[in-house]
Amino acid sequence: MKSLAELQAIRDKMKGAINMREENGDKIRVVVGMATCGIAAGARPVLNKFTEEVAKRNLLNVSVTQTGCIGICQYEPVVEVFTPDGKKTTYVKMTPEKAVKVVADHLVNGNVVSEYTIGSVAK
Amino acid sequence: MYRSHVLVCGGTGCTSSGSQQIIETLEQEIKKAGLSEEVKVVKTGCFGLCALGPIMIVYPEGSFYSMVKPEDIPEIVSEHLLKGRIVKRLLYSETVTDQNVKSLNETEFYKKQHRVALKNCGVINPENIEEYIGVDGYQALGKVLTEMTPEEVIQVIKDSGLRGRGGGGFPTGVKWSFAAANQADQKYVCCNADEGDPGAFMDRSILEGDPHVVIEAMTIAGYAIGANQGYVYIRAEYPIAVKRLEIAINQAREYGLLGKNIFDSGFDFDIEIRLGAGAFVCGEETALMTSIEGHRGEPRPRPPFPAVKGLFGKPTILNNVETWANIPQIILKGADWFASMGTEKSKGTKVFALGGKIHNTGLVEVPMGTTLREIIEEIGGGIPNGKKFKAAQTGGPSGGCIPASLIDTPIDYDNLLAVGSMMGSGGLIVMDEDTCMVDIAKFFLEFTVDESCGKCNPCRIGTKRMYEMLSNICKGNATLEDIDKLEQLCYEIKAGSLCALGQSAPNPVLSTLRYFRDEYVAHVVDKRCPAGVCKDLLSFEIVADKCKGCTLCARQCPVNAISGTVKQPHVIDKSKCIKCGACMEKCRFGAIVKK
Repeated sequence: MKSLAELQAIRDKMKGAINMREENGDKIRVVVGMATCGIAAGARPVLNKFTEEVAKRNLLNVSVTQTGCIGICQYEPVVEVFTPDGKKTTYVKMTPEKAVKVVADHLVNGNVVSEYTIGSVAK
Repeated sequence: MYRSHVLVCGGTGCTSSGSQQIIETLEQEIKKAGLSEEVKVVKTGCFGLCALGPIMIVYPEGSFYSMVKPEDIPEIVSEHLLKGRIVKRLLYSETVTDQNVKSLNETEFYKKQHRVALKNCGVINPENIEEYIGVDGYQALGKVLTEMTPEEVIQVIKDSGLRGRGGGGFPTGVKWSFAAANQADQKYVCCNADEGDPGAFMDRSILEGDPHVVIEAMTIAGYAIGANQGYVYIRAEYPIAVKRLEIAINQAREYGLLGKNIFDSGFDFDIEIRLGAGAFVCGEETALMTSIEGHRGEPRPRPPFPAVKGLFGKPTILNNVETWANIPQIILKGADWFASMGTEKSKGTKVFALGGKIHNTGLVEVPMGTTLREIIEEIGGGIPNGKKFKAAQTGGPSGGCIPASLIDTPIDYDNLLAVGSMMGSGGLIVMDEDTCMVDIAKFFLEFTVDESCGKCNPCRIGTKRMYEMLSNICKGNATLEDIDKLEQLCYEIKAGSLCALGQSAPNPVLSTLRYFRDEYVAHVVDKRCPAGVCKDLLSFEIVADKCKGCTLCARQCPVNAISGTVKQPHVIDKSKCIKCGACMEKCRFGAIVKK
């Protein structure tokens, strides 16, 4: 180790991974439905895409987690986004491609991607 | 990139309850479920709640599974890791209320804790230097070597008010400044990891869970006092800690964080491990250094203090593992941050090893000044089986007993000394009403007699005589005069011994005499052990009115001391009875009494 910069580089690389182990109420929570219905509809690639994108962008304030069936199996894969202000957005019929857009628009810039939400899909 | 981390405790406590097998089963099941790319298994150090091992935490949910068995693993993998359904049945019961899962930080055990020295224990993989760097590891060393002068480093440590966590409580910064002021061609930095107090295991847990923090802190101290060689003196009885420390030292060398020209600053530092053979006295600083030098571990008179003439006759500083674990954070967060915690003269936090008659056996870290009541009743979960709290023993064989009447004492160095005990390394043994205080004093004296190095007479002969007097009291063969003699001897041993082992050996007796003299008197005058522990003063009897003559006790008795015919009251032959209590335990009618 010859410079602080080298140390910082390792720290930044590891920080994203270790950050998951901190419990913190101020985080945005992305919850992916991973019950049988969700998995059958393709929730796993969606979950992995979210994890990958969040890590790539180094979003330390976002935690990606999974949950069971929330009862709207026809709309799976379902992804719910909880923001620290207590708001919940429900995205339905998700795909890895849609996940990328949700990360960029909603998680980074704070704009809900209305066309993927249950409100517009269920119309 | 993993979406989930499963942390399994690999400390000594959980290893002995089978966590290694849990890790193996977990890895197999994760592979079977095709999740190897998504879920990472991390072996960490101690979480603190050793009574509930093996312990496992799943992130990002933070689900705390306790007492995990290998047969539970397939369910956790298929339900939780694959489908996201937390297996509530297997969670630590306190984290589940009705249908909701609470965060671990809201449980009684963790709520009042404040983790500084144990910050990374149970969070990172101790065998991976990059995980330590990921939680700001070696940042403090980088800061010290590139931005600070040695004098500035010492000033920060002085200002923080940090005092030695090994027992004495000497201000760490002052110790460093003494060693820095002495000019010499060679100086040394030592780490005392010869944790020997019965019931204390915080140093072991830090080395097992976060070995790099000790390496980083020792290197910082080397820079501050002008030393380029460090030694860690660790007990050979701590194989997991030794192994992880060896791995950590090798990794630090590989990454250039130990060795020549660290951070291109021109500063060199390296660390070697020395294994102790298990003598308690080697935890005393001069004996420890004598042992590192390759001699028999015996203490020598001070002065000269180690800061003047220590290891191999050179200026040396010696700090305890827990003291080291505080250093990097003080450098990074500042002296004011550290000094904002604790009491006026005892700053920061202290780790206690909770043991004895208490629900949550394990490691807890609380700000100095937390009361004994908070530690025992809230964090520790109180005394099992509805028994009453009688006393707490702190400081191991050098400390004393704090009675129930002083349970609201805020714990810091000075308060503990004032009540006749001491901080020691932080072992805290809780005793309930079934504990005989004379017997406890005898237990600690037996330990000291074994561990006295024999160099000076008051300790070698005096503790032996004390032990004999205590044995006589427990047998009912002593007089009131003997109690006075015992007390007198205590003061003479304290005054006449060379090192802390002898000087503090009478403490368990003095403190129990101070608070529980009536129990000593009961043994001597009434020939009675109030707690019902000392066998020679006990007798078992059968209450004829209650005995149904079921013969169960007679069949249980290992020495055939109970006789009687079926459906008739039985009798115990006291000349044969060995007072094992097996009959009393088995009797369904409460007909057998202990007197």
